[in-house]
Amino acid sequence: MLRYALRRAMLALAVGFTVSLATFFLLNFATDPAQALAGEDATPEVVAQIREQYGFDKPLPVQYARWLGGLARGDFGESYHWRSPVGALIASHAPVTIRLALMAIAITIVVAIPLGAIAALRPDSFIDRMALGVAVGAQAIPGFWLALVLIIVFAVKFPIFPVSGDSTWRHFVLPAIVLGAGSVPAVMRLTRSGLLEVLASDYIRTARAKGFRGLRLLTRHAMRNAMVPVVSVLAVQLGAKLGGSVIVESVFALNGLGRLALQSILGGDVPTVQMLVFVFAMTFVVLTFLADLLGAWLDPRVRLG
Amino acid sequence: MSEASPLPATLPPAAPEDVSPRTLLVRRMLRHKGFLIGLVLMAALGVLAALAPLIAGHNPFDQDLVHRLMPPAWSAGGNASHLFGTDHLGRDYLARLLYGARISLAIGLGAASVGCLIGVTLGVCAGFFGGRVDQAVSYLLTCQLALPGLLLAMALVFLIGPSLAVVILVIGCLHWSYYVVVTRAATLQLKRLDFIAAAEAIGETRMQVIVHELMPNLLNPILVIYTLEIGVAVLAEAALSFLGVGVQPPTPSWGLMIAEGKDSMFFRPWLVVLPGVALFLLVMAANLLGDGLRDVSAPESRN
Repeated sequence: MLRYALRRAMLALAVGFTVSLATFFLLNFATDPAQALAGEDATPEVVAQIREQYGFDKPLPVQYARWLGGLARGDFGESYHWRSPVGALIASHAPVTIRLALMAIAITIVVAIPLGAIAALRPDSFIDRMALGVAVGAQAIPGFWLALVLIIVFAVKFPIFPVSGDSTWRHFVLPAIVLGAGSVPAVMRLTRSGLLEVLASDYIRTARAKGFRGLRLLTRHAMRNAMVPVVSVLAVQLGAKLGGSVIVESVFALNGLGRLALQSILGGDVPTVQMLVFVFAMTFVVLTFLADLLGAWLDPRVRLG
Repeated sequence: MSEASPLPATLPPAAPEDVSPRTLLVRRMLRHKGFLIGLVLMAALGVLAALAPLIAGHNPFDQDLVHRLMPPAWSAGGNASHLFGTDHLGRDYLARLLYGARISLAIGLGAASVGCLIGVTLGVCAGFFGGRVDQAVSYLLTCQLALPGLLLAMALVFLIGPSLAVVILVIGCLHWSYYVVVTRAATLQLKRLDFIAAAEAIGETRMQVIVHELMPNLLNPILVIYTLEIGVAVLAEAALSFLGVGVQPPTPSWGLMIAEGKDSMFFRPWLVVLPGVALFLLVMAANLLGDGLRDVSAPESRN
């Protein structure tokens, strides 16, 4: 188990490094940060001054080395657009997004896993067909559009939940529903197919023969194995939630990382955008690493390979 | 899977007619409801987009500030000259929806093609050459999956300069992972078969084996992913345009139309609902078609 964990950790570290390299060069090579910061109609002199002042005139590898060195010392750089350290900006906006992502993934789990399990227990039944139909439909609904429809419905017809802002937990309900709904189809399908496969296996037949039935068979025997792939997909989905937060946070006016990212992009603030992309990617890397460990713990075949 | 059927002692009776695989495929297609619905929807949207100038009756860019925010013809205050009403600048909504279909389809097909080119190349190389190449590709894939696609797409499109071509390229370059996964697995399976060994034995070069032997057999799975990726790309473009970092005004993009209608959506919900339904139909068509293609071309892998 330790060797497996170490190997995975090395891979995660390498991926983190590559991702930081890719992000840095993509954003700095494809774009002109000084021009973006100065704005469309700045004079060439102003752009040149900004370029020199912030070190954008140095060769890219030098800039990258400086950026990485700062990162290693815990210095996330300066945001020119917000005129404050990027680290502080991210720290102050992160709690909203973390709360939103956790609520969303909770909604996904509560809806998708039982639905997938019921569908697998009664394949080709009415419930199964309906669940699959809903999954196909839900995949085609744009998240931002669902958000707007929920706002229209809840703001006008049923004013139960507030539709804008982030001051109480109730502000998070609608955004979390939108964000969580996006992952329901994938998680539900995977639960269903995983459980179908497990239920057809020999050890479940043995358990049935020994008299295990219903919920007890499901929870004690079948679910544990069926959940191995689901756990890793949940980690991927939780990572994707961070990306999805850009849309949901702007529609519902939540002041989290996603909104910070959008405003930084619109303000041409490459250093902040770059750090946000890196933080999102690293969160994803860490989450999948943890999911790998959990998967190995759930299924010894993985860690003994 | 519950009861394993014993092998038949004798061969099953020959089919009364000799059916070609192609006929069988067409039969499976005609029996697959989802596939048929997806096909009809996609064809209808394609025809509407192609014939937009003939059907629309209005120019989607013509502003008419006297007739701003007219409701659709079926609600009070609407009339037949603007079937779906007008937007905040008095532009005909039906015309904008129809021309919007062109934008969405162009981006869907374009981005799916860019991703296809990248992903299939990587996937076939990984599966065919194996070893180091395979390891490198799977490492690349791990890194690509870690990147926050939507955020990176937003930043790149907006900072490079939002235009149709940039949107297509950026979305395409960020969506190739499914092609890699599927073509790599399929190539690995095919590589072990005798006809590849035979081709090598008669002296075909690696390039010839890939192009003449492998590719024709990969066409089906690639087509399935391609169709599904059209839906993914359409949704990505809509999200970018909705947030203001994708296709720019006055281009009639569905995502942009939803953003423009957002401010008056409480009193004029159709401004948001109509382009949303259009997006839903197009993405749904792509998903049904893709899922259906997979079912009918490889009926054994349905679950």
